[in-house]
Amino acid sequence: MSLMLNDVRVARGKAHIIAGLSLPPLPPGSMTALIGPNGAGKSTLIHALAGLLPARGSIRLHGQALETQPAAERSRRVGLLPQTLPQAVGLTVYELLLGGLLTLGLARDEAEQRIERVLGELRLAGLALRALATLSGGQRQLVALAQLLASEPELLLLDEPNSALDLHWQLAMIEAIRADVARRGAIAVLALHDINLALRSCERVIVLHRGACVADGAPQTVLDPALLAQVYGVAARIETCSQGQPVFILDRLIRPDEV
Amino acid sequence: MTGAALSLAAQYRRHNRWRLILLAALMLALLTSFAADLATGSANYPLREVFAGLVAPSALDAGMRVILFDVRLPYALMALAVGGALGLAGAQLQTVLNNPLASPFTLGIAAASTLGAALVIVFAHHLPPIPHDILLPLGAFVCAVAVTALVLLLGRAHGGGSDTLVLFGIALLFALEALVWLLQFLADANALEQIVFWSMGNLGRATLTHVALVAGVLLLCFIMAMRRAWALTLLRGGAAQAEALGIRVARLNAQVLVEVSLLTAVALAFVGTIGFVGLVGPHIARLLVGEQHRFFLPASVLCGALMLSLASLASKSIIPGLIVPIGIVTALVGVPVLITLILTRRSAS
Repeated sequence: MSLMLNDVRVARGKAHIIAGLSLPPLPPGSMTALIGPNGAGKSTLIHALAGLLPARGSIRLHGQALETQPAAERSRRVGLLPQTLPQAVGLTVYELLLGGLLTLGLARDEAEQRIERVLGELRLAGLALRALATLSGGQRQLVALAQLLASEPELLLLDEPNSALDLHWQLAMIEAIRADVARRGAIAVLALHDINLALRSCERVIVLHRGACVADGAPQTVLDPALLAQVYGVAARIETCSQGQPVFILDRLIRPDEV
Repeated sequence: MTGAALSLAAQYRRHNRWRLILLAALMLALLTSFAADLATGSANYPLREVFAGLVAPSALDAGMRVILFDVRLPYALMALAVGGALGLAGAQLQTVLNNPLASPFTLGIAAASTLGAALVIVFAHHLPPIPHDILLPLGAFVCAVAVTALVLLLGRAHGGGSDTLVLFGIALLFALEALVWLLQFLADANALEQIVFWSMGNLGRATLTHVALVAGVLLLCFIMAMRRAWALTLLRGGAAQAEALGIRVARLNAQVLVEVSLLTAVALAFVGTIGFVGLVGPHIARLLVGEQHRFFLPASVLCGALMLSLASLASKSIIPGLIVPIGIVTALVGVPVLITLILTRRSAS
């Protein structure tokens, strides 16, 4: 019972972004960070897992091949929080969530209960009848998170979910995802740029570079200075702070002539 | 928790009750405008007499019966049907193209209808002996569908994004207009007059049969649009999210574009070019009821119908004894309404 990727290849147009990616299984109840520089293939992989891009190879969720599942069934099992925020339109938060759940096939009563629970947990109930056009970018990102959590998928895919959030809400978002994953035994995969957030929130990190996995394991073990220099072109290290938390410290850029 | 859940759902239902009240108010305004449209003309009749005549036609004198049933009723009903069709077409286009300036004119669909009609008018002698009343709308429809298919094919070849579709549509719009001008250049005096008159928009050619056809297509398309109301609503939240929820966005876009071409072609085929209703009607609807499409779509139909009904009324009232082509009235009224809407929205934001 896990997410398994074997020889996954994904292209955008004629460009092969992910070339033959295979990973050890991602178990239920786990949170995994996908990290890597711009253009490494994080969003492409997330989109391919969500079914928005065609992928070759094998993607199996709890033993079932995702690529052969009908779109409606797949969207019930796999939820996506995309990088783009919900548009600022004259649509209320409540009806965006309700429409999503009804489209996934939920009965109206159950949909209403889930919306209430999720908006309550994320402290967004006060925004329920506000139009998306009146919300800040961070609030709209939380609405997208609420939509994802309310749909209760087996696999949660989050593409840079913290890009518009302040520090408080970044941690609140991670806590909400962790609680959901633990409660339901779901699997979460987060594409992140913030390595500190990856260290803090995920027990496993997959480092992508030019469409290939260059490291996979516990963040503190995997993210050594040599790897960070190779992938990001920076001198950086992971230290343990006085509170016992691992902290990413960025020292300086590595110039091309130093490589 | 359950009490709170009921409370949020109840709040949303109360929110929707206001929207229903607004829809009812729009309907009332529409009926009032329709009645005034029936009563207004070269001979003005009291509303009471018009209603009595509609209920019991045999009680009317022959002259008034002809005016009411053969002239004004088709004219007023056609305004409602065409306005509603253009409102529905514009609302859906603005959603799938994610462009508030989209209307049946944006993608060249209306221009294609004009070209189809112009082709029939100019080459009438070379066409099969089919009644002009059928041939003209058929020509408009065939051209509109062909241009929609071309826009879709070109868009798909280049990624199918809404911006790509709009760009191809605008490019085709200029080409289609040039072709209409070429036909006007080649046409004889009689055909030229017909094309010019067609392109001004005129409800006077409507018959009850035409009204029934436009209303039938509108009803069919409205039912289809309401069946995908949630999908269109979610599309407003973002295409990627909608796709992740299992909505096939490319297929939805294609369905809407084909339906819009049908609505536009059938609506304009009998009355000629009528602009701005498909653009401004949905904007007013959006301001009134928001973008939940279960309310937005009917509101757009009602706003489009109300706009054209009021324009019809104005077209008969501006110059006493003369009916100004309705396409001129909608453009003259539509431009200031659109500018006001843009300024209002900008100051509100």
